[in-house]
Amino acid sequence: MSEHTHEPVPYRTFILIWVALLVLTAITIAVSRVDLGALNIWVALGVASIKSSLVIFVFMHLRQESKLFKIGLMVMLSILAIFIGLTFFDVLYR
Amino acid sequence: MSIEHRDDTGDRFGMWLFLYTEVILFSGLFILYAVSLANYPEQFSQASHKLNIYFGTVNTLVLLTSSLTIALAVSAIQMGRIKQTLILCWITVGLAIVFLINKYFEWSAEIGHGIYPGSEQLAEMGAGITVFFNLYYFTAGLHGLHVLIGATLIGVVAVMTAKGKVTSDRYVLLENSALYWHLVDLVWIFLFPLYYLIL
Repeated sequence: MSEHTHEPVPYRTFILIWVALLVLTAITIAVSRVDLGALNIWVALGVASIKSSLVIFVFMHLRQESKLFKIGLMVMLSILAIFIGLTFFDVLYR
Repeated sequence: MSIEHRDDTGDRFGMWLFLYTEVILFSGLFILYAVSLANYPEQFSQASHKLNIYFGTVNTLVLLTSSLTIALAVSAIQMGRIKQTLILCWITVGLAIVFLINKYFEWSAEIGHGIYPGSEQLAEMGAGITVFFNLYYFTAGLHGLHVLIGATLIGVVAVMTAKGKVTSDRYVLLENSALYWHLVDLVWIFLFPLYYLIL
């Protein structure tokens, strides 16, 4: 029984993560208004990735899940990287 | 007592497997976006400026907050606070409705300006801008459909919680609905900067 359920995450943790997400949103918007050339898109993707990690690991309880769940995520991200890599290998060298 | 098979971890893993495929589904659209951005960088910038950044920002705040409330709902039910769970679930549903109402006004304004897939005005703006808005409507539309499904799921779980079918001992249905809702949030985390915030 006990291995099927998690310890409840305190409200405080979730609220702190929410504040962090709001701050990161403000950062994305602020940076997007400054012209950094091609760097803009990479900053946007970088901040979005940090926000996603917070949501996945804390809000979605991935921290508390077993290795299987994390391996699944890595497999999915690897498939995604191959998907993106092969697409651009074609598009950029046409 | 009846003997029944129960595997909450398995239930959650099943949900995660489904969510991995959802990410791949949305990724296809984001890859189309990336390729088109590489082909039409200037047109994408022009098209992005036509989107209303205020609607995008407000909806970002709405979704992040709804993700918080549903995460809190899971903690609440784990601690046996049924009343708080119900309140948090309904706040999440309410925020989903606010999101969709915003979307309605946003899209009405854009369609009013002649910007919608297949419109002649859009076709006159050139291939790059047309591609941007076609992808925007498809991706945001698919995301909106997920908002609708997620809110319905949470509403159903809230009713089941009120009826005592989802309890502090048995709440995997709420956990899985919450996972689905967080996916909706995750997609928006990428959609918002990529469509609304290109300079």
